[in-house]
Amino acid sequence: MILTVNHVSRYRYDLPVRSVVQSHRLTPSRHEGQRSLDWQVRVSDGLSGGAYRDGAGDWVQAYSVPGPVSEISVEVVGRVEVTDMSGVLRGHRETIAPEAYLRATNATRADVALADLAASAGQGTDPLNRAHSLSAAVADAIAYRPGATHAHTTAAEALELGEGVCQDHAHALIAVARVAGMAARYVSGYLFSDAAGDPHEAAHAWAEVYVTGLGWVGFDPANRCCPDDRYIRLGSGFDARDAAPIRGIARGAGNESLDVTVAIGAAQQ
Amino acid sequence: MTDAFFNEMFQSGRVRPPYAQLEGWTERMPASLRSLKQAEAEALFRRIGITFAVYGEGGDPDRLIPFDMFPRVFAHDEWRKLERGIKQRARALNAFLVDVYGRGEIVRAGRIPSRLVYLNEAYEKAAAGFVPPRGVYSHVVGIDLVRTGPDEFFVLEDNCRTPSGVSYMLENREIMMRMFPDLFRGNRIEPVDRYPQALRRTLASVAPQKCDRDPTIVILTPGHFNSAYYEHSFLADLMGVELVEGQDLFVEGEFVWMRTTRGPKRVDVIYRRLDDAFIDPLCFRPDSLLGVPGLMDVYRSGGVSIASAPGAGVADDKAIYCYVPEMIRFYLGEEPILKNVPTWQCANPDDLGHVLDNIADLVVKEVHGSGGYGMLVGPKSTKAQIAAFADKLRANPGNYIAQPTLALSTCPSFVDEGIAPRHVDLRPYCLVGERVELVPGGLTRVALTEGSLVVNSSQGGGVKDTWVLAE
Repeated sequence: MILTVNHVSRYRYDLPVRSVVQSHRLTPSRHEGQRSLDWQVRVSDGLSGGAYRDGAGDWVQAYSVPGPVSEISVEVVGRVEVTDMSGVLRGHRETIAPEAYLRATNATRADVALADLAASAGQGTDPLNRAHSLSAAVADAIAYRPGATHAHTTAAEALELGEGVCQDHAHALIAVARVAGMAARYVSGYLFSDAAGDPHEAAHAWAEVYVTGLGWVGFDPANRCCPDDRYIRLGSGFDARDAAPIRGIARGAGNESLDVTVAIGAAQQ
Repeated sequence: MTDAFFNEMFQSGRVRPPYAQLEGWTERMPASLRSLKQAEAEALFRRIGITFAVYGEGGDPDRLIPFDMFPRVFAHDEWRKLERGIKQRARALNAFLVDVYGRGEIVRAGRIPSRLVYLNEAYEKAAAGFVPPRGVYSHVVGIDLVRTGPDEFFVLEDNCRTPSGVSYMLENREIMMRMFPDLFRGNRIEPVDRYPQALRRTLASVAPQKCDRDPTIVILTPGHFNSAYYEHSFLADLMGVELVEGQDLFVEGEFVWMRTTRGPKRVDVIYRRLDDAFIDPLCFRPDSLLGVPGLMDVYRSGGVSIASAPGAGVADDKAIYCYVPEMIRFYLGEEPILKNVPTWQCANPDDLGHVLDNIADLVVKEVHGSGGYGMLVGPKSTKAQIAAFADKLRANPGNYIAQPTLALSTCPSFVDEGIAPRHVDLRPYCLVGERVELVPGGLTRVALTEGSLVVNSSQGGGVKDTWVLAE
């Protein structure tokens, strides 16, 4: 399948800022399940900075915008050919040892409830089944409800609330996988349509769990599935902040507001 | 007590050769002159403003560290051996860093447990998959050594990030030469004053890939409230480079720029004296105001070099320390010239058992501790102190390591009663760039309290000039 992406982020500052520096992980990963046909990122008035492939295999591209500036748009337009690999990340070159992802961050630290959730799911089964059980347990424990949580909600808080969005599901799955002794990480990307076939109108996130013998395998508790040919993978990290497709810092006193639109379509083959 | 410890000047009533020129030096010095000289030294230190605490020990930043005028001396041959051992260690530590941020061969080979590396607090994922210019992560390696006999040296710890104290090495010498010019006429002592230029050359030799000219070097300091600020400005001065704070630098396009009165100037090499967590709020701690947003992306794409390279700290924690001899064998195919202190890792249940059984004879330290805080010196502690510490140890064994109490060598020192032996250690500063270089000397710290084995300035330690005799 060929997916088209049109993703626009518009940053506005109520007072002009002196300069903005951004770090992008906005380029589709290179692996057997996906191939970029064309891909463009445009930053209004942006000077492109250094670019490199990092230890996780993600393509990082820096931008800076000299000020004074009161609005910046980041526009991503592209087409990606995607193949269903049942969630297995195959042919993805990276340096970082999976063990490095066994560390907790604030967002993914397990509390007693998360440890209990981990213990309740798939104990005694092989690692792949265990990961499937953990993903299902997270989906059962946290109902999908937009607006219930915010950008800084932790896995423990989302579980206590019993509600959340894809970010919370991914954080919770990372936490329980680690309790089960499996390395896990946060993945950011795009989703063409959700399980019900409705178009997905925001950037998406899921988790990858390291399964010995198989490598990194994606799990999307929010949609109770593994990533297939409706998913485009951009980059990974310990948690949502670490894997953010766009990180930025503005120098100046202006308050920032952000407006994002995402449109993912299926192109005719 | 004198027999239990190696006295670097006197052995069996005889003066060891390196100290021959110092025999009778103090006897010839009347008490009145001695106190005059001591006051003069203090006044000099105050005037130049060198009052910081060494090694991030905290405490009063304006406190003067006692300067002991009696020099510590190494013979030429003693030093050559130390030098080989130190350089060997500095090479191995850098090879280790390149490896663990690359393929991790030493972990794959099962020579170092993977959790000690990849789950180490100082392991930076953002550094992985990158080889810094010339394969150097740690450009200034400070190696803390103690001596227990004529030919016995042990490494206490390695400092791969931003070891401080080198300004003491330089100032101690400067002040000794000013106060006792005769001593320097009578002894052929290797100079240390080329250190700043050697450091500058080292930094210039690791200019980034995109630098095609004479590199612009800066020292990045957290600011004047930092306890080592004096050293930062002192080195900048002697090297002839700018001393900057994060706010003086910015990222634009592919490079880092410094604000100057004549407009922005491109910066090629940053000798940073602040921790990884603070250097780039875009990559590390977002609340840091000390760093430069976007710095890591410029670094990773070859637009700037950072010394020490981000992530260098994974080589110098106390748990990794145990494996440095293994690194030397693995990467260099050599036997370690300098010995490690035998170390028990309390995370290991067998080791913990041994430590608890013998705690009264051991020194127990926190894995991430520094400055002589949070440690137990068994032979110097009361039963109650030992029992309390043992409880902490049982509660969190992974946080501690233990070592035997070493019989640290002594060197004659000026004390209230005259001259008496006091325990000393040594920190030389090894430079790693295009070449691996060691200026002959270092910082000798001395435990001025009688019988004390703790040389940290926060615990009553002082400093001495360190001489290496020329051939």
